[in-house]
Formats: sequence, structure tokens, C-alpha cells
Amino acid sequence: VSAVLATPAETRFEALPALVNADAGLVRRGRYLTTTFLVEVGSTAYLVHVVEGRLVRLERGPFLMRAWAFAVRAPAEAWARFWEPVPLPGYHDLFAMTKAGVARLEGDLRPLLANLRYVKDVLAAPRQREG
Amino acid sequence: MADLEPMVGRYLRLDLGGRSHRIYFEEAGTGIPLLCLHTAGSDGRQFRHLLADEAVTRHFRVLAFDLPWHGKSTPPPGWHDEEYRLTTQGYLDLVVGFAGALGLDRPVVLGCSIGGKLVLHLALAHPTGFRALIGLEAADEQTPWYDDTSWLHRPDVHGGEVCGALMSGLIAPQSPSDTRWETLWSYMQSGPGVFKGDLHFYRVDSDLHDRVGAIDTTRCPLYLLTGEYDFSCTPEDTRRTAARIPGARVTIMEGLGHFPMSEHPAEFRRYLLPVLDEIRAASVAPPAPRANR
Repeated sequence: VSAVLATPAETRFEALPALVNADAGLVRRGRYLTTTFLVEVGSTAYLVHVVEGRLVRLERGPFLMRAWAFAVRAPAEAWARFWEPVPLPGYHDLFAMTKAGVARLEGDLRPLLANLRYVKDVLAAPRQREG
Repeated sequence: MADLEPMVGRYLRLDLGGRSHRIYFEEAGTGIPLLCLHTAGSDGRQFRHLLADEAVTRHFRVLAFDLPWHGKSTPPPGWHDEEYRLTTQGYLDLVVGFAGALGLDRPVVLGCSIGGKLVLHLALAHPTGFRALIGLEAADEQTPWYDDTSWLHRPDVHGGEVCGALMSGLIAPQSPSDTRWETLWSYMQSGPGVFKGDLHFYRVDSDLHDRVGAIDTTRCPLYLLTGEYDFSCTPEDTRRTAARIPGARVTIMEGLGHFPMSEHPAEFRRYLLPVLDEIRAASVAPPAPRANR
């Protein structure tokens, strides 16, 4: 088991606001996006609050009555593989994982697809840290 | 002295389906014609590294056109009032018409993705017209990885941005940044609805799964090369296709994705050059008489 897989996926995901907000290019690309989306890392749910490209808050669940625009759900192990410096085929892209049934997309996909590069880069941000 | 690259570009006037077209193409090299077909929603620039590779152009006349509506090819008059859709017959007519107009003698055709799928159609429709066929990221059918192509062309989602962002995942993580982003740039530039229209051919109009078994590789050798990171046309899709075609040759390319010639040219040529050597050897020497056993 590599060092990457040894770090809990939840821990790596919780670094997301710092990683994203420190990346001026990424924040700029997301400047027209203000939304809340749900990410599940295994059984742990997070609400990611985005205001004009900045991750202003990351809330850890469980949630009972909360709204979100779209959701991305995958097992913790899948996220860990996704964040490997050089991911294996099938774990290298969000849509590779949804096609394989490893990850699921739900909800209103319009803000996701209108800002797809931004959202994909946000979700992949923990990968860069290990680079 | 000016640092000029070797390829030159020209426009060919060609009537297709009763309409006049103006097809842009680039070429370099001399020898066996090698006609290259780009992926959906992109254009012939994907082959610029191949067009500049002396190891190839020393023996091959490499040509790459932009499909109508793509790159520098002009959409036909009246385009503004129709929905673009690439069809199997239209694409076949274009390739055969282009080769005929330029007098290419039994060219080798190398096509990627939709181009790779067309290669399979060429093998069925014109088995004696080509000296070899090379399908990159090609299969008889593949399972869609996004099931609503209307996202590619609607007013509230930028078509170029979403096409580029979707395609980014099909590039292998090992591919260099410069060539990765150049590959995506052409996706970001394609005309409104063009990528979606190409997928009509890829997904709707060109199912081959019950037909590829009729491909006769003794008349025209068929090579299928697929990148291990391609989850659109997966290595398994290509292997399954090849298993239905006696004599088809399969190579799974490590560390490459859906755009091998443009996302990582240096890595791709390691796989392509031996194929081209083999085609050239067969082209120079007549096939050896079969030994009696």
C-alpha cells in the first residue's frame, strides 16, 4: 500500500479549501460559479460551498435536510486511487469512474457541466499535493 | 534562416452528396500515401507531429485533411440552417473522393476514434482500395460514457469549454502538459454542434458489431492500436473487436489515452513506426509464396 493510499481519503479531501483557494488560476476559472455541491467520500458526506470560485466552506456531514445542486459519490478507496500521482486507468478521471460505476453523478448537472474544467480540477486538487 | 516546419497546406474542391466542399489538408513526405483521419470535434492538426517526423515522411506521403465543418475546411453553403450530422456514407464518400481526387494509389489509412471506426467501414466497403488500415482507439461499438450529447451544444453551456473539459479525461496522466493542452485547444475551437454531429456517426449511424467478422485481412491488413487510458474506446472494446476479425493485429499502448498522435507523439511513434515498417516491407516485396506443408 502506497503512502498515498495510507492517508485516509477524508483527511486528504478536507485539505480542499486550502488547496483550491491558494490556486489563483483555479479560482479565476470558477469565478462565475456560486453553488453548493455534495461529495461523498465513502460514507462521509461533505457539502462544498463555492462562492465565485472560492471554496468558502467545507461542511462534514451527516446531513438530514440539506439542499445541494449536484452530487459526486464514490467509495473512499476510489478517491484514494483517483488522487494517486499517476492514477491507474479507470481511476484517472471522474467520467472514467462514473462509466465504470465506481462513482455516481446526481442532481442538476448544468452548473457542473457549465463549469466542468473547474469542478474536475477542484476534485483532483488533492492529487497535486503528492506530485 | 526561417525555422519552417515541413508540412504544407492546400485546399481541395470536392463535390460530396451534391454539394460543393472546400477541404483543407496538409501533407509532407514522399512515398506510400498515408492518409490520416482525425477524431470527432477536432481537426487535422492532431497529426502535426507525424507530418514532421522524418522517420515517417522519408517513406510515406503523409496527408491529413480537416473534415468538412472542421478546422479550416469550409462548411458547405447553407450550413447555417441545418443541424450538422456526420454519416457513415458521407464519411466513406469523403475519404474515397479525397483519395481519388489526389490520385492516391491504394493509400494506407490511419484513423483515430471516429476515424478508427471509419477504418473498419473502409475494410468492409473497399477491401482492395487500401494497402493497409490502421485504427487507433477503434472498435465495432463502445458503451457511451456520457449519455446525453445535447450538453455539447446548448446556449447555457459553452460548447468549447465543455468539450475540452470532457475530453481532458481521455488523455493519459503521463502525457506532457504542452501536448495535452494543445490537444484540448482544438476541442475548444470546434464549431457549435460539430462535435455532437460527429458523434451521430460514432454512436448512432455506425454500429458494426455484427459485421466486422466479414473483414478480410488477407486482402487488406488491419492494425488496431488502443491506449490503455482510453475509457471511451477501451482496450477491451478493441480486443473484442479484433477477436471477431481473423488476422487483425492488436496493440495496447501503455501510458497513452484516446489521442495518441497528439497527446504524446514521442510515445506514440514507438508503437506506430514498427507498424509502418511492416506495411512498407509488405508493399515493397510481393508476398512470399505460401509454402506447402
